[in-house]
Amino acid sequence: MAAPQVVPVEETRTEVDEVPATDRPWVTVVWNDPVNLMSYVTWVFQKLFGYSREKAERLMLDVHHKGKAIVTSGARERMEYDASRLQAYGLWATVDQP
Amino acid sequence: MFVRDGTACVARFGPGEAAVLNEVTLEVITLLSERFDHDDPVVERLFPDVYPEDPSASAEFRKYTEDDLRSAKLEQAAMLLDNLPVEGGEVALDEEQAEMWLRALTDVRLALGLRLSITDDTDLEDEIDKAVLHDPTSARVGQLSVYAYLTYLQESLVGALSG
Repeated sequence: MAAPQVVPVEETRTEVDEVPATDRPWVTVVWNDPVNLMSYVTWVFQKLFGYSREKAERLMLDVHHKGKAIVTSGARERMEYDASRLQAYGLWATVDQP
Repeated sequence: MFVRDGTACVARFGPGEAAVLNEVTLEVITLLSERFDHDDPVVERLFPDVYPEDPSASAEFRKYTEDDLRSAKLEQAAMLLDNLPVEGGEVALDEEQAEMWLRALTDVRLALGLRLSITDDTDLEDEIDKAVLHDPTSARVGQLSVYAYLTYLQESLVGALSG
């Protein structure tokens, strides 16, 4: 989903500590699939993002048990880059701004 | 199955194993080249919409990434075929080759898994038993066995590379 380019006037009436949509970080999401091996997914997270084995395993287990996990967050362009790398490794990755 | 030998990941392939691996890899190459079709569920899985709720943003992303992604997938499949002796024999992979093999095996297993309707609940042994009971000569029996073999092969390669 693309971020709105224009902040609606109504925005001024919302809570002051609410972060405008354009400033909220984007995320890369990896979804569960029935084919990819748990060991392989863990290895990919370590390889692509430099995560420790513990962190990579925790994310892999989130994908496995909860159906998906946020693996990186930041600027939209960076997330698109991460998603394309994950796709090159056969993982099912999408980009979102939650 | 792959084991670690010094810095290499080493495996021995029988003639039948080499032939099977060769065949399924060629099928993926065909799917990525002359039979490339976005309506094919395998292509859809290998090149998923990066913005599931925004088709136009997904199309824009695809415009800039798909050619590279497709080339990378073709390159890794071609490397697997290059490293694999046609008549079978020993394969010794350095780290970079092992990574290319892992990625190529992933594409092959994703394609096969989708065609065989593998789900999270699939118990491969059960599934093979059921298929044998139904018709021991069916293509499904052979394909399930190939899928199981590729799963063990990839698992062994992840282990050999990490170990």
